[in-house]
Amino acid sequence: MVSSQRALAVLAAAFAFAGTGCGGGSSPSEVVLVTHDSFVVSDEVKSDFERESGLTLRILQSGDAGEAVTKALLTAGNPQGDVLFGVDNNLLSRALDGELFESYEPRALETVDPRYLLDSEHRVTPIDHGEVCLNYDKAWFAERDIDPPTSLEALVRPDYENLLVVENPATSTPGLAFMLATLARFGEGDAWERYWRALRENGVLVVDGWEEAYNIRFSGSAGKGDRPLVVSYASSPPAEVIFGDPQPLEAPTGVVETSCFLQIEFAGILRGARNESGARELVDFLLSRRFQEDVPLSMFVFPVNASAVLPEVFSKHAVVPRDPLELPPEMIEANRERWVDEWTRIVLR
Amino acid sequence: MGGRVDSHRPALSERSWSLLAYGLPLVFVAAFFVFPLAAIVERGLRSSGGQSTLDVLADPMTRDVLWFTAWQAALSTVLTIVVALPASYVLGRYEFRGRSVARALLVVPFVLPTVVVALALLAVLPDRLERGPWAILVAHVFFNVAVVVRIVGTFWAGLDPRVSEAAATLGAGPSRRLREVTLPLLAPSLTAAAAIVFLFSFTSFGVVLILGGPAYATLEVEIYSQAVRAFDLHAAAVLSIVQLLAVGLTVAVALRLERRLATRSAGRRERDVLRPPRTKKEKAVVATSLGSLGLLLGIPLAAVVERSLAAGDGHSFEAYRALTDSTASLLVEPWYAIVNSLVYAAAATAIAVVVGGLAALAVAEGGGEKTARSAAGLLDGLLMLPLGASAVMLGFGFVIAFDEGWLDFRSAPWIVPVVQALVAIPFVVRIVVPTLRAIDPRQREAAALLGASPARVRREIDLRIGARALTVAAGFAFAISLGEFGATVFLARPDSPTLPVAIFRFLGRPGELNLAQAYALATILMVVTAISVLVVERAGRRPLGWI
Repeated sequence: MVSSQRALAVLAAAFAFAGTGCGGGSSPSEVVLVTHDSFVVSDEVKSDFERESGLTLRILQSGDAGEAVTKALLTAGNPQGDVLFGVDNNLLSRALDGELFESYEPRALETVDPRYLLDSEHRVTPIDHGEVCLNYDKAWFAERDIDPPTSLEALVRPDYENLLVVENPATSTPGLAFMLATLARFGEGDAWERYWRALRENGVLVVDGWEEAYNIRFSGSAGKGDRPLVVSYASSPPAEVIFGDPQPLEAPTGVVETSCFLQIEFAGILRGARNESGARELVDFLLSRRFQEDVPLSMFVFPVNASAVLPEVFSKHAVVPRDPLELPPEMIEANRERWVDEWTRIVLR
Repeated sequence: MGGRVDSHRPALSERSWSLLAYGLPLVFVAAFFVFPLAAIVERGLRSSGGQSTLDVLADPMTRDVLWFTAWQAALSTVLTIVVALPASYVLGRYEFRGRSVARALLVVPFVLPTVVVALALLAVLPDRLERGPWAILVAHVFFNVAVVVRIVGTFWAGLDPRVSEAAATLGAGPSRRLREVTLPLLAPSLTAAAAIVFLFSFTSFGVVLILGGPAYATLEVEIYSQAVRAFDLHAAAVLSIVQLLAVGLTVAVALRLERRLATRSAGRRERDVLRPPRTKKEKAVVATSLGSLGLLLGIPLAAVVERSLAAGDGHSFEAYRALTDSTASLLVEPWYAIVNSLVYAAAATAIAVVVGGLAALAVAEGGGEKTARSAAGLLDGLLMLPLGASAVMLGFGFVIAFDEGWLDFRSAPWIVPVVQALVAIPFVVRIVVPTLRAIDPRQREAAALLGASPARVRREIDLRIGARALTVAAGFAFAISLGEFGATVFLARPDSPTLPVAIFRFLGRPGELNLAQAYALATILMVVTAISVLVVERAGRRPLGWI
């Protein structure tokens, strides 16, 4: 019954087209969060915010993180919403150079590990981190009595010939992060070039996106592909448990901890926001325990608020990488295109 | 030019009629296509940093990409027409049980998101499926066969079969009849279909990314990576202009050809043309041409259905059952997407039929004086351009064009059907115009001679004969809006995802159930598409009281 009422409401809303000011302008009773396609918040948490603040939270999703940031850059100063969530450390420098944000320093920042605070001017606030890591298919390695790799270096060994699938850094965010991980590990130059040549000789498979790599090529997912090593996320193993049918007792996949690349997602108050005080309340809320404890199960990332308690399925099946690889955002911004071009030349041409 | 009134209802004066027929489509395409696209291209060209215009144009990579884009599109078009022709013939000539169902099913591949089909195929045929140009061509045929069957098959059903029969009586063999009678008569619809398939293949994005492998890129792919990955808006704008010029040239040539090849014949009603296959040979032709096409299109579709039922090592309906549960992958329960899709598609179809129908009348009638002809040609070409323009640039154009005061409807819900209609209108025009042009002017003259007012002539002759084409176009427009992804994903609100948008959300998450739910929604999209096309066309069979 509830659902049919909601359906009617959808119908009514959709037919109430006539341009009755249903545009981007947010009134003071509303706060608009601009974000990417992967953003999810559970209903209860959203209504908690709305009840406590007295504001209506409207969410606008606009493509992947790159597309969302591009849109924000195009509308800088006259933004579509009040807060942008989803800028990661790879895009941070571009967003800051584009003068997208107003500075704001939430009080709850003291609960955040300083390693996540990448902007000293507080134009952005870290909200979550979700490292990109090599995942391996536990059963595949157990059946063959081979140890899964424990380092990036190991991947070039003959044991792991034709086992790895990675995403193209030119078209995929995790693909880019993995390429950056190898740069952080080997440094720019000969060693890095040699490493990728060796991976290529060892039969690394490059595909366009995470969807194909993980869902089709990887043997540890539902797709039952033929590659037991894939570039995915630190949170993929608990996801395999939650969305298993039936749910397995133990995660079927594991994470190679030393391969992880730090990925932090930030939120910032957009310059020109119509509801700036509401925007501050929203950023506070994003950093609050209520929201922070919701992110693992809604977005499959880890909270940055140290006081947030992880859900059981995460504490049991997820590895929070202790010391992920990272590179300074300015360095990424200055070199990204050149690195991707070089990678393409080494690996694909 | 006073408002003449016929016996049934007041008619618009001729002048205000053509003002409407030209004006409304023109305003629509100017406001929702030209304006936003011009805004983003202008912004891009103004922005400095990144490569200069000359750098982009002189880059050998640009030349390579343009060359690849053009030849794969040309070859895709030829292949698609060859594959679709037998089915177009069978559906345009014979009446048999299941004909309308077959017509509806043929549209299904066209609306499916490319990624789902590509992934399902890769899952089912993992090693045998080679990547590269061939995979791209096959995929383009798969997705675009419907375009040709719809446009050419519909037109075929309006051709008087007696012409070909007369040739047979005079001793012409089947191949000679095809060459000298049927193909010349079909030529305008073939050009129309070819133009659309070419534009779709020219701006192909998902297919090229997934099936082409990392070594192949179309201009559209290159524009995307310049705009989003490298944030070099200048380069993206320059490439969009290159793309638009190529597309404009194609459209101009195609429309010229279509007009030149237009033949007048007594426009026939479908029911006067179609007949059941009588001889054994005719029955065999119907069965083999539809059967083989069914196999080609059916395998990937079956793969999608099979994947939706996969659970562990066995099969189950869990993915379908879970569509009513709330999920971590969407802000609403997944089944909602079905309702959203239908509502948006209904609105988009209404817009496309009104705007596209008016434009088709303007275009088909603009055959008289020279100025009227070139005005009609320009309008026609302008309406085609959205098919060949960069979806990502148009999406960005919307956010910067409509951002001030009362014009700020960047996130208004009605923007979604408007954008979907932009893609559907060219189909309405292409399907309806050849049929209207084929009407023998003597039919109109005779009616006028008998005292019918221009408005009544239009209603009794043009609309009556064009109505069948218009309902076919409406069914297709509905399907296009159901499947539209590129622009919808930019503009749809998260609490009202359409089916393709929801499918992508599920595909983007790890976990067995998410994957199965993506395929389950794709299966539902197929069913919804087939049923809607069937329903829309059935509704249109009735006499034309509603127009």
